[in-house]
Amino acid sequence: MDLSVKRESLETMRVFDLAKMPLRDLNSALHAIAPGTNDTNFEVVNPRGSHAVAVGIDQPVTVEVRGSVGYYCAGMNDGGSVTVHGSAGPGVAENMMSGTVVIEGDASQYAGATGRGGLLVIKGNAASRCGISMKGIDIVVQGNIGHMSAFMGQSGHLVVLGNAGDALGDSLYEAKLFVRGEVKSLGADCIQKELRPEHIEKLAELLDKAGITDVKPQEFKRYGSARTLYNFNIDNADAY
Amino acid sequence: MCGIVGLFLKDKSLEPQLGAMLSDMLVTMTDRGPDSAGIAIYGSPSKGRAKITVQSSDPKQDFAGLEALLKPVDSSVSVELKSTHAVIETDADKASAVRDLLSQERTGIRVMGSGDSVEIYKEVGLPKDVVSRFGIRQMGGTHGIGHTRMATESAVTTLGAHPFSTGADQCLVHNGSLSNHNNLRRELVREGMTFETQNDTEVAAAYLTAEMAKGKDLGQALTSALDDLDGFFTFVVGTKSGFGVVRDPIACKPAVMAETDQYIAFGSEYRALVNLPGIEDARVWEPEPATVYFWDHEKAA
Repeated sequence: MDLSVKRESLETMRVFDLAKMPLRDLNSALHAIAPGTNDTNFEVVNPRGSHAVAVGIDQPVTVEVRGSVGYYCAGMNDGGSVTVHGSAGPGVAENMMSGTVVIEGDASQYAGATGRGGLLVIKGNAASRCGISMKGIDIVVQGNIGHMSAFMGQSGHLVVLGNAGDALGDSLYEAKLFVRGEVKSLGADCIQKELRPEHIEKLAELLDKAGITDVKPQEFKRYGSARTLYNFNIDNADAY
Repeated sequence: MCGIVGLFLKDKSLEPQLGAMLSDMLVTMTDRGPDSAGIAIYGSPSKGRAKITVQSSDPKQDFAGLEALLKPVDSSVSVELKSTHAVIETDADKASAVRDLLSQERTGIRVMGSGDSVEIYKEVGLPKDVVSRFGIRQMGGTHGIGHTRMATESAVTTLGAHPFSTGADQCLVHNGSLSNHNNLRRELVREGMTFETQNDTEVAAAYLTAEMAKGKDLGQALTSALDDLDGFFTFVVGTKSGFGVVRDPIACKPAVMAETDQYIAFGSEYRALVNLPGIEDARVWEPEPATVYFWDHEKAA
């Protein structure tokens, strides 16, 4: 065994035990990282459902969270790579700008809400309002998603390997939705659309990024905006 | 916001710790609502006995000589004083006579709840103060529910605190706000229900009591509630032997549940559950919108 390598990896991994120190110590340390530093590996133990774990990262750090988290984990992430080895409460990766967030368990409501970029991977199920008002984020959910997901989604991709709940893509703009299973119902102005070669190519790329190898892009159906609610039309008054 | 918790024990060996476990869960939820807190504990009923939990804002005066006052109606009556609350234990057949006498002679006393097994304690203040004032940690039981309130729909008073009890051994805690409670209250008053407050949650509790009085079990009453109650709600409900959870179809109000061989637990957040035994290996899930969850000790037995 090469002890020098082992020692180096121990030195560069900073461990924050949230049973022993306040959350602010962790988040302050993450915010204090200067560009270009090599001190980029963090581990969080005993999160015990804490809120706002690892929010506001703006450097390419790696954070491994050993347990389940509460509200808003990895919110506003810009370039970090955060993995939660557990489940996440409401608003995980809310308003992500770039980077990667992986949830090994389930995610509660409004996962990835308003996200502008980056990749959110949820290995379990996501609850209601997944990807609400998404603005460029890519979200891959390996299980099912709840009702009102991708509500008013503007851009980005939502890929669901399981089923979608009621009112998928209600009042959708240009976010692209791909569901492999059943969709319980489509929201206002959301329709099924043709899965064209460029979509298959994008799906293959997202599945690959999410580490999914046993699912083919051709197994998905695509949903998008019918674009009839973009501009006010008196005949559509009931649909608003 | 509000924070709600519930615990339904399957493993009898945990029963002596029910009060301590539920207190810890509720105190963890303190920052979801600091206005008032309450807890309902279902202990083991003794045959032929009834419990009435009462409250007074002037306990010194209202509780003075209370046992002696009630003895002529029921010679077996006992009164246990706990701060602003008292638990009156009577012969089950004499319970309504005891209540009648109370309402005549001690007008400052309010009934928090009554039944074979439930005891209800609630006060303005933080959960940690409320649970210590009433010695909740020392209480055992089969199941219980708790609430810490951020008031929205009615005043911050003891009577406006949860749990609300509107029928024997029934109680309910609520996170959310109802929008059709005034209309529903009028209908329930017409059916003969009485109300202590202007609170929306009391209407939900009374609605379930009225539905169960028509012969429905708790699960069926909760299913009807999905049709008849309008607004936001996550409810946790207790009956003598049952424990139920339901969320409105929009399901904005948070909820997490956990189940092991030893218990079924509910929390507004996962944080409330992290100290429960074996939580690492529990089945943890978020209750589905507009879906009734319902367990019963008697049906399970």
